[in-house]
Amino acid sequence: MKSKLLSFPYILCMIFLVIIPLLLIGYYSIIDFDGNLTLNNFSQVFEPMFLRIIWRSIRLAVISTAICFVIGYPIAYILASRDFVKKSFLLFLFIVPMWMNFLLRTYAWLTILENNGIVNTIFRALGFDGFQLLYTEGAVVLGMVYNYLPFMVLPIYTVLTKMDNSLLEASADLGANRRKTFTKVVFPLSIPGVASGVTMVFMPSVTTFVISNLLGGADFLLIGNLIEQQFFRANNWYFGAALAVVMIVIILVCNTFVTLFDKNDDNEREAKRKHEKA
Amino acid sequence: MEENRLINLIDVSKTFDGYTKVLDNINLYIKKNEFLTLLGPSGCGKTTTLRIIGGFETPSSGDLLFEGESILGLAPHKRRVNTVFQKYALFPNMNVYDNVAFGLNIKKVDKNEIKKEVSRMLELVNLNGFEKRSVNSLSGGQQQRIAIARALINKPEVLLLDEPLGALDLKLRKEMQIELKNMQKELSITFVYVTHDQEEALTMSDTIAVMHGGIIKQIGSPEDIYNEPKNAFVANFIGESNIISGVMHKNYEVTFAGHTFPCIDKNISEDTNVDVIIRPEDIKIVSEDMGQLKGVVKNVKFLGIHYEMHVEASEFTWKVQSTVLSPEGSNVGLTVAPDLIHVMKKDEVIAKEEADEE
Ligand SMILES: Nc1ncnc2c1ncn2[C@@H]1O[C@H](COP(=O)(O)OP(=O)(O)OP(=O)(O)O)[C@@H](O)[C@H]1O
Ligand SMILES: [Mg+2]
Repeated sequence: MKSKLLSFPYILCMIFLVIIPLLLIGYYSIIDFDGNLTLNNFSQVFEPMFLRIIWRSIRLAVISTAICFVIGYPIAYILASRDFVKKSFLLFLFIVPMWMNFLLRTYAWLTILENNGIVNTIFRALGFDGFQLLYTEGAVVLGMVYNYLPFMVLPIYTVLTKMDNSLLEASADLGANRRKTFTKVVFPLSIPGVASGVTMVFMPSVTTFVISNLLGGADFLLIGNLIEQQFFRANNWYFGAALAVVMIVIILVCNTFVTLFDKNDDNEREAKRKHEKA
Repeated sequence: MEENRLINLIDVSKTFDGYTKVLDNINLYIKKNEFLTLLGPSGCGKTTTLRIIGGFETPSSGDLLFEGESILGLAPHKRRVNTVFQKYALFPNMNVYDNVAFGLNIKKVDKNEIKKEVSRMLELVNLNGFEKRSVNSLSGGQQQRIAIARALINKPEVLLLDEPLGALDLKLRKEMQIELKNMQKELSITFVYVTHDQEEALTMSDTIAVMHGGIIKQIGSPEDIYNEPKNAFVANFIGESNIISGVMHKNYEVTFAGHTFPCIDKNISEDTNVDVIIRPEDIKIVSEDMGQLKGVVKNVKFLGIHYEMHVEASEFTWKVQSTVLSPEGSNVGLTVAPDLIHVMKKDEVIAKEEADEE
């Protein structure tokens, strides 16, 4: 009884901040300007022009997530390794940029990548031609990787530091060298960390409109920009809402896909619980 | 005798971080096919000793010989030794089969051969049919057996076990003690076993090394350790004892609790201060006028097979165990046979020579 009472404010918050907005989005996505029920908003989403943008959003988000994984895993591994003494300093270096405002961090890249920015200046000084860096897909991916890399590193780092050292010793005892121990024991056991890292990088990457706007330019559209446009410029809330619903579905699909990795783990825990009860 | 020594620790010391001395000049040899137990209270350095033998820790000084040759430089898997870890350390990402097969898979043994070996090992630990089970779904006792099978499949000459039964309940522990002992005999493998449970050590071991504060206090057979403790620590740690200070004025006579008792110890210089140790079951309760000491029974506990009585006599509370009940408050006499009085110089620590002789 008491716990019900205590959870009341929380439930109220949920209703106002999550449920109602979601229902509203759902509602807007299936009506037209005159308030009649329609599926036109959704069929509009599947027009080639918009499909191309959705596809580009997914593609860039997947690329950024993959790059974050390739860069982030070794960083997490080094940070978590026992014999690495300067670890707290490196971890600190990693976290400091996160204290800075997200927009500022991204703006900083403007001055680096501009035609007369730092990179091109260096290139010209070395006798090469300058080239277009800003307002390319590459710049957008770079912005995503730069901003979201810590979200990949931290969950992997956490899983690795929590790993029982005796597992590694057992592996060594049974004849595995460091590489084999990594591929057969460490990496498989770190997959839950990788899974949450992937989710935490993919989600903001696929929804961003700030990074694509700043580093991709005004014409560079991702699904996030599209939604923003519909709400704030085209004033077409109905189509915007339909796009938002599609985006939610994309994220849900991606999420289920990622949790499939963890599925086995859960099954085992379930089995164990049943076993103990019996 | 020398050639029997499979493993030999010579003057092994270990300090962590340069100041805490965890092992202090350990000298120990382990014979082929022996069941040797490192016994001692928590923090005495048992695990550290085992890890040095296993290759997970290097001693700060001293040497470790295997069949007479130093193996300090060898990686764990190059030593003909395998470890069963304190918390089993089974790989949770693999099923039972893959866990047991791990060592052979690493060695790239032929798949059919592996299959045969794994089922042989599972047979040995009584878990055939469990191949496909995930290790997380096993009970503690089953995980324990898998850990043993996983180590034994590599055909080690020595198996190191760190409190392998620590997490099991009493009944299962007793069963596993017998099973482990049988397994050791059957396979004729040398076991180095760590425990802080003196009863476990006494029932399973051929040889026990009692450790305290990084020092080996006594090495010997379970009978030796129990019947002839060499110092007060061992006496107290192995079973309950009455320990009281006394003085030896001359050979075959020791004075304690205000009375001089005949004993069988000699060669002690005159007026030596000693610890006198008497097992509770070695004290006889007799009628008051027949006793060497006179006292009053203060309280009585029934412990299943015998009674434990606390008898106050000469300002000392004696623990006495007997199958015959002397009721609380009764006046009784106590006697001890000369050969059951253990006398040892205060703080006697066995020297290296003594530990090595057998
Ligand atoms: N890596 C380490 N760094 C510093 N001190 C350590 C380390 N490993 C062990 N010690 C210390 O060494 C001492 C002996 O530890 P050890 O693990 O060998 O004890 P043990 O006899 O196995 O005890 P237990 O029965 O509790 O397992 C302890 O005081 C412990 O704190
Ligand atoms: Mg230990």
